[in-house]
This record gives sequence, C-alpha cells and structure tokens, in this order.
Amino acid sequence: MRDKRMTADEAVGGIKDGMTVGIGGWGSRRKPMALVKALLKTRVEDLTVVTYGGPDVGLLCAAGKVRKLVYGFVSLDSIPYDPWFRRARETGAVEVLELDEGMFQTGLRAAGHRLPFLPIRAGLGSDVLTYAPEIRTVRSPYDDGEELVAMPALKLDVALVHLNRADKHGNAQYLGPDPYFDDLFCLAADRRYVSCERVVETFEGPPQTLLLNRMMVDGVVEAPGGAGFTSCVPDYGRDEALQREYAAAATDLEKWPEFYERLLG
Amino acid sequence: MSDITRAEVCVTACADLFAGAGETLASPMGLIPSLGAKLARLTTEPGLLLSDGEAFLLTPESTVEGWLPYRKVFDVVAHGRRHVVMGANQVDRFGNQNISAIGDHARPTRQLLGFRGAPGNTINHRTSYWVPRHSPRVLVEAVDVVSGVGYDRATGPFHDVHRVVTNLAVLDFATPDHSMRIVSVHPGVSVDEVRKQTSFPLVATDVGETRLPTDEELELIRTRLDPDAKRDGEVPR
Repeated sequence: MRDKRMTADEAVGGIKDGMTVGIGGWGSRRKPMALVKALLKTRVEDLTVVTYGGPDVGLLCAAGKVRKLVYGFVSLDSIPYDPWFRRARETGAVEVLELDEGMFQTGLRAAGHRLPFLPIRAGLGSDVLTYAPEIRTVRSPYDDGEELVAMPALKLDVALVHLNRADKHGNAQYLGPDPYFDDLFCLAADRRYVSCERVVETFEGPPQTLLLNRMMVDGVVEAPGGAGFTSCVPDYGRDEALQREYAAAATDLEKWPEFYERLLG
Repeated sequence: MSDITRAEVCVTACADLFAGAGETLASPMGLIPSLGAKLARLTTEPGLLLSDGEAFLLTPESTVEGWLPYRKVFDVVAHGRRHVVMGANQVDRFGNQNISAIGDHARPTRQLLGFRGAPGNTINHRTSYWVPRHSPRVLVEAVDVVSGVGYDRATGPFHDVHRVVTNLAVLDFATPDHSMRIVSVHPGVSVDEVRKQTSFPLVATDVGETRLPTDEELELIRTRLDPDAKRDGEVPR
C-alpha cells in the first residue's frame, strides 16, 4: 500500500493560481491551520475558498490569496466576527457566494455524489438566491409540484482537512465530539490532503470514528498542533489568548506584520 | 416580588416560546433564550430536547442523552422538529431577519456573520427571535439582507415565524396581513415606549402585560440555571 506521508509544503505544492480549495473544520474548530500556513507561504493567488469559515478565511484574505469566497458564515466562535473577513467584504476585495449552511453541505454532497445538483428547501424566499442568481430552482416532477432550490455541486480541486490521527495510507480518525464535514470535503475534491496530530500504525477507539478511508486521501501530513490556534479536542482546546491576539492584530494593522510573521514562524 | 428583574421576565417569556413543543429540539442562541429553554424543560415542557451548542443532547442534569453533530442538526432542520430562537441584527414588520450584512450586500458597510442557517431554519420549522436591545436600528422598516424569511416572502408548507421577544415586549405576527403585533409589554414598559423604539407601525390591540416568573421559576433561574446572574449582563436591571 502507498505511503502517502509528505510535508505540508508538498501537500500545498500542487495548488495553482485560480484553483478551488475546500477547507475543513468549522468556524474556529479543527481547521487545518498548518496546511493553511503552508499555503500562505506560497505565491499562489486568485483562489476560490470554500469553507465553513473561521480564521482560515481571515488569514487567506490577509495574504491577498482569495478571489472568491464560498461560505455559510465566517466566525471565530468566541469572537463573533473575523476582522480580516470584514475588511475584505467592506472594501469589496473579494467576490462571494454566501450560502445557507445547509445549502453548503448539500452542495458538497452533490459534488461527492457526482450529481449536478441536489434539491433543498433552504434558500427559498431569502436573499441567498437574490445575490446568487446562478442558483436556480427545480420543480418536483411528482404530484406535489413543489419548487425547491437546485443546489449546485460545490466541486473542489483540492481539500485540506485536519484530523486527530491518521495512518500513512490516509485512513484518518476524529476523536472529538463532531466530525464536522471533513469527509464531504474530501469526497467533493480531486486532490485531498489530511494533516493530523499523530501518524499511527493502528487506531484506538471505536471504528465509527474513522471518518476518512484511504480512497479519500492523497497525502498525509503529520502536524502536531496543526489545528492551532483553533480547537482540536481532545488533543487541545482553542488557544483563546492567541486567537484574541490574532483578532486584535487583524483589527489594528500596525500590529499585523509582526503578528503574521510570528504566526507563520 | 418587586425585586424581579427585567432579565428574569425575558427568560420566562423565552420559556413560554416553547409552550406545547413536546419532543422537539429547542435551539436557543444567546444566554436569555438558553435559560428560557432550560427553564421550560424543567417546568412545563419536560419533553424538549436541548443541545449543548456543540455536538451533544443533554439532560437537565447535564448527562448526555444523544449525539447531534452539525451534520445531524441539518437533518433535524429538514425534518422539522425544531424551534430555533435566533438573534437578529435587524428584524422588520413581516419578520424578515438579517444577520448577514448591513448596507449593500455586494459591498457592505458592516459585514456580519453571513446567512448562517437562517434561510433553512425559517423555511423548515418554527423560528423565534431574541432582541436584547429593542431599538429602531434593530426593529427596522425593511431589513438590508433577508437571512431569515418573513411572512411577505414566505413560501412552502413549513414557514412559521412564531414570536419576537425583546427587552421591552413580546411580539408576534397574528394579524390578518402577518405584520408585527405587540402581544405584551414587560412590567414597567409602556406601549408608547415600544412604539417609539420601533421603526414601523406596530399593531397594538389588546396588549397584555408579560407575566412574571412564578416562585418556582425564580428559584430555578436564580439558584440552578444562572446563579452568577449572567442574565443581567444581557439585559440590564
């Protein structure tokens, strides 16, 4: 079986200008921050970033790498709004496709199922459809005749996710309370990279926690602390102090260069 | 009982949102609605399901009775057995709600969270709103971005915007055209004050007074649910 271990730089090395990159986790929870930081160090730009957004969005906006954002929300959880995301939006620096969270999941599922769309009620009547006229509705062919949103597949060139454990072949395990949507990101993508706290030979814990299998993964990066400063329970909680520093530096741009340099190490 | 605080009145008003809910997932956002949902579960609505806001369903004793990661929350949303109490940066007279952005969505003057789950919530199941500072900037004639769907844009079989609870009053949409109506003002608040703090004309016939918490409810709020009185931080005395 293939040994898929690689460095974070190798994992993001295949990402080219203009690609669509899906980022796993949720808000400020189990984000693949080590992979995001590796991406920040590249020259890549014009990315479309697809994510349940947290500081990954802020950092990529800060580095000017984003042409378009696809998200249901962007939040740091304990701090409601990410300052860099706000700035990017309020200065018109990025194009957006802002979705309902459930539409977002449905779009990932459609991509993973190789379907052009999946029907969903969410979005009807709201301004999601006003600002995304490319999203159409579809009418049920059955007697109910109900009109539903035809959520288009959110196809990804690359998925970046972080889990607690993985083996060198790409089987990977979450040990916290929530898998988030990392399996769906991998199924929706052409190339899939998982970073993990620890590469293991054998897994402990119930098999139901093995979220990814090796069909779903192309590269494994061992990155202890690789979700920080977001949470990666049970290995560690969110580094609230560092997140507050991030938000403060992102708000006061005089502080930003020093913080950014330190964060990227 | 003159020492009952406004926050405590708001908590019981939020508890009353769940009257008759039965075995439904209560999803309160914010402290006061969370206290209200827990209070309802401990008193009149023992069937309510409560999540810890992350991935578990918890009993009042904080033991885990179920697993509800985000992906399964979306299943519950679509299934419909849920009553969410969301916050709102803006709410208008027909119950449209905005948590996405202030100004033009293409280039907002103030970016907020995004649509989050508001479109899916409002089209799928009962939705209420909690507004801790009732003001003309929140209760607006028309929201800038429709995140939560109001009655004038409602579609489909499941739309059900129930009530808006604020620090001043309880409001609903039980009027012929589904425009907002004052159900009750909190003790010490006048209808005029509510009207003054609202940007659109409110229907105000048969306005009642929001009920006070019972002794049992007060005891639960003060000694069990919120002994540190964090509620006073969200709604000042």
